[in-house]
Amino acid sequence: MMGLITKSRIKSPWIVHYCCGSCNGCDIELLACLTPLYDVERFGILNIGNPKHADLLVVTGPVNKRNERVLLNLYHQMPEPRVVVAVGACACTGGIFYNCYNVLGGIDKVIPVDVYVPGCAARPEAIIDGIVMALDKLAKIK
Amino acid sequence: MSKITFPFGPQHPVLPEAIQLSLTCEDEKVVEVLPVIGYMHRGIEKAAERNPYVNNVFLCERICGICSFIHALSYCQLMEELMQVEVPPRARYLRVVWSELSRMHSHLLWLGLLADSFGFESLFMQCWRARETVLDALEMTTGQRVVQSSCVIGGVRRDINADQARQLREMLAGVKAQIDAVLPVFQKDYTIKARTVGKGVLPKDQAWKLGAVGPTLRASGWAWDCRSLGYAAYGELGFEPVVENDGDSYARTMVRARELVQSYELVLRALDALPEGPLAAKIKGVPPKGEAIMRTEQPRGELFEYARGNGTPRLERLKIRTPTFANIPALLAMLPGCEIADVPVIVLSIDPCIACLER
Repeated sequence: MMGLITKSRIKSPWIVHYCCGSCNGCDIELLACLTPLYDVERFGILNIGNPKHADLLVVTGPVNKRNERVLLNLYHQMPEPRVVVAVGACACTGGIFYNCYNVLGGIDKVIPVDVYVPGCAARPEAIIDGIVMALDKLAKIK
Repeated sequence: MSKITFPFGPQHPVLPEAIQLSLTCEDEKVVEVLPVIGYMHRGIEKAAERNPYVNNVFLCERICGICSFIHALSYCQLMEELMQVEVPPRARYLRVVWSELSRMHSHLLWLGLLADSFGFESLFMQCWRARETVLDALEMTTGQRVVQSSCVIGGVRRDINADQARQLREMLAGVKAQIDAVLPVFQKDYTIKARTVGKGVLPKDQAWKLGAVGPTLRASGWAWDCRSLGYAAYGELGFEPVVENDGDSYARTMVRARELVQSYELVLRALDALPEGPLAAKIKGVPPKGEAIMRTEQPRGELFEYARGNGTPRLERLKIRTPTFANIPALLAMLPGCEIADVPVIVLSIDPCIACLER
């Protein structure tokens, strides 16, 4: 039974996207993944708004003092097993905003990250690659 | 009927970005709206005081990834004004080409998101399909899809050669065909009209009083567009602002739809008139000293920048007033009285860019 559930999870992972404080560059590239040219729905990937339905949390942008709580909330609302993908230089390390007073740094300061997708802005191909890597990790979680 | 207050955001399916609107409702009617901001604040203005002024071009580009070229352009023009640098004509025309390509991709993105906000999924896909070609054109000419980094203080970093210009025209002809297929849907479709006509009305006098900018202001009957100031090469390309008079969500959609076609024509005109010459002026002499302001037109409206330099490589102050910041009071005036179901459409109708708003 568990094998069947894991298989269906990998065949159709649902994503919840949260924009921490990015410049929008990675957000629109993530949205572009859903559109006809890249079309991630062929992998069964759906972008949904509800964290309680999601398997993957995709975060763009550096975490700051105000959205730290929101990010933690989202993470804890997701059912296990879950994986986190950090998209873009800012989500990985803070990026160009590393020295801004309101920025804490990469999102791994707040929640555990499974896959880092570098780039400023990360290209749709890189994002899809990152998500497919995350699926491998999701399959291995017992 | 008792009132109930609930949050819209910060994580909401309609908004790709984080902003919270605290909606107070009576039954299905919205009676009061309070914005709760700060979820995306980074402190870019302060960071700009720490970096050398040359590096700030890259920082300013990342205020917003959608209109990033125009952010860089405004900052470069501001520094050029402070240091009295004369920009070569070819660079001024290339800046127009990339500004208008950015506007095209931003407006197509917005038209798609609007369609998505009332559940018209296939139209969202069609708009974004057309947008991909614009992004390909940007990638071919600048090397990057969304954050182009092709503007520098004194000019531009890259050239568009004859071969690329020919390819660009071909790509744009394809985009134009796709736009021509999509725009009539926005103009005539019954469901779109039902969701936008008469929703979120902003009367002409109120639009001015609340300091709205960009398409939000122009949809309320004001011919106010900073491109009329003639910065870069706009003065030589015969530019006329697009105006609509109804002030509702439909009028705002129509302004952007017509601007999309106008941007396409401006790119072609700039390519036709592209003068020969160097790409960038050499920067010499002292770092920026004194005060200056700069106004440019972004896809979302007027961007205002102020800088004060003291002759050292670091600026004393950089103030950036972004268009979404100016449009929030207008949004708060539009929402009371509408149905809850119309909130996403009206919020999107000002084309909110929260990354710009909070910097």
